[in-house]
Amino acid sequence: MAARIANATRKLPVHLVLIFVAVLWMVPTLGLLLTSLMPADIIGSEGWWNLVSEPSKAAFENYDKLFDNNELTTALWVTVQVAVGNTVILVIVAALAGYAFAWLEFPGRDILFVVVIALLVVPLQVALIPIFSLYNTTGLFDTALGLMLFHVAFGMPFAIFLLRNFFVGIPKDILESARIDGASEMRIFFKLVLPLGLPAIASLAIFQFLWTWNDLIVALTFGRDTQPITVAIFSQLRQFGTNIELIAPASFVSLAIPLIVFLAFQRYFVQGLLAGSVK
Amino acid sequence: MAAVRLDGVVKTYADGTTAVNGLDLDIADGEFMVLVGPSGCGKTTALRMVAGLETITAGRVTIGERTVNDVPSRDRDIAMVFQSYALYPHLSVYDNIAFGLKLKKIPKAQIDERVRGAAKILDLEAFLERKPRALSGGQRQRVAMGRAIVRQPAAFLMDEPLSNLDAKLRVQMRAEIAKLQQSLATTTLYVTHDQVEAMTMGHRVAVMRRGELQQVDAPQVLYDHPDNLFVAGFIGSPAMNLLEGTLERDGDGLVAVAGGQRLALDRELVRSRRALPSFVGRPLIVGIRPESIEDAAIAGDGARSRLRGEVLLRESLGSEVMVHLAIDAKQAVTDEVRELAQDAGGEAPGAAEQKAIVVGRFNARSRVATGATARAVVDTRSMHFFDPQTGLGIYDADAANSKELNRS
Repeated sequence: MAARIANATRKLPVHLVLIFVAVLWMVPTLGLLLTSLMPADIIGSEGWWNLVSEPSKAAFENYDKLFDNNELTTALWVTVQVAVGNTVILVIVAALAGYAFAWLEFPGRDILFVVVIALLVVPLQVALIPIFSLYNTTGLFDTALGLMLFHVAFGMPFAIFLLRNFFVGIPKDILESARIDGASEMRIFFKLVLPLGLPAIASLAIFQFLWTWNDLIVALTFGRDTQPITVAIFSQLRQFGTNIELIAPASFVSLAIPLIVFLAFQRYFVQGLLAGSVK
Repeated sequence: MAAVRLDGVVKTYADGTTAVNGLDLDIADGEFMVLVGPSGCGKTTALRMVAGLETITAGRVTIGERTVNDVPSRDRDIAMVFQSYALYPHLSVYDNIAFGLKLKKIPKAQIDERVRGAAKILDLEAFLERKPRALSGGQRQRVAMGRAIVRQPAAFLMDEPLSNLDAKLRVQMRAEIAKLQQSLATTTLYVTHDQVEAMTMGHRVAVMRRGELQQVDAPQVLYDHPDNLFVAGFIGSPAMNLLEGTLERDGDGLVAVAGGQRLALDRELVRSRRALPSFVGRPLIVGIRPESIEDAAIAGDGARSRLRGEVLLRESLGSEVMVHLAIDAKQAVTDEVRELAQDAGGEAPGAAEQKAIVVGRFNARSRVATGATARAVVDTRSMHFFDPQTGLGIYDADAANSKELNRS
């Protein structure tokens, strides 16, 4: 007991510093949340910190207005479609490709993989103009599908790289054992590789989801009426600089959803799923 | 169930190395065949070719009536137990065992019956709901066995399934697997580098070296009549003592001379090895099993076949004493001996060494002391002789004929 107290005392300064940094990091987010709760009439005259001392001033009318605002709810829905849709497509394609690169033998496999890796260095910005003209001719411009496909394309090299490297780490004996047990490659993929690759797949999905949820540049380039929430908030800022009672809750919602997604799936980051299969 | 047959099987890798070279092996229906050899001898590669996990460069593998060279693993009707067990970590023990059956679309009730049956045999009933990571090494090993037996395959393939277990458990599982194989009577090809496993488990044992088959026979035949130096040195623990020597005539008998040691050979032995007299005056290699060497004070007679040397080490095992004697003779050092020493993790003695170390398995009552000079009697009825040129055992002028004699 005494040892534990001594131990805790010794670590106290470190803990204090860590807590301080953590709180400091949370201030802007907290400020945004409190601002979003301030009624429109006081938002221009009072700072959000006043709400800490007078919680009674808080109201949810901004959120009511936000969910009544067609433009913003539509934008939110577009963001959900794009972020979820591109993540799903990406994970499916990258998992199949990753398995093939990791475990199937076919001519040119290693060269092809190097090419995929090389694509990692291509910056997204150089593709904006060519893809823009491509989308214009194919009719993908200003569609949610267009946005999705662009994100899928640019997430793919990293996704394949990540999953292939994880799948390679699955003990070969397990796959061979399944083959002898009578499993086809497809079955091995669905019954073994996908469940065993879940930590990597979940991490990839979270990264891709967060990245595309917060995307602004791609959406600005390839959308006119198809606006995700980031573009909608951005245009609100431009048009009415004082429109903070709408921007604050919209920003907070836009921030809260990925946070929830992250917290919901973060346990899959924890590995150790493979422990116990092979001594 | 089916016989498994390997016909001139060759495995050459893309880089040109040949892992298995012209392997012929006939495994009868229901037989327990052990493939044994030092690491890198090609035994695992051979097994993997039967399993369909490696392509076959040349030759033919037959399971039952079917040539399976181009049949994928999943259609070969075999089950394999891996050294690492290769359990599916995300599935429960039950699902691990049922995996292969579900793929075959066997009715649920029947799967359940078979899985529970296997679990009962393997004493896994209490663990069916657990994940592999919650099991001990021995339990995981049994799950791997269970996965194989529920399939009721034509043949079991086992790749060093016991080498991850500790010594005590290994001995126990050794007996259990042998018993299980006996009751199921499923053709089994078992790979190991442990010659004790090979001797105790196999109906027949195939010894491999550098991708080539050295000898296939019942364990006792391998032990008593090794075809060559390699088999002689590999089978048996402690290993056979191998000395450089010559043969001399002494009256109407023969004497083996190794350095300062003279061993008058047993007449019956000389009669049964008709090729021996032709080696008189020529160098040969003399092999003596440790149990053929006994403390002279205990064996009593045998004055005509004695070794004399300093006791370097005395290892008491309770039931017997292993005595390491430094005698005036030269250790036989050939390629085979070097390879075996390397595999055992040691180094072969240099050719210049004038003292040879022989190990004798003395009676526990032996009073020999470390550092003292001891006399030992060699039981010359069970001595072995090898041609240093070819490494082949010296049995009979006619090799084919000698095989027949050996067996009778």
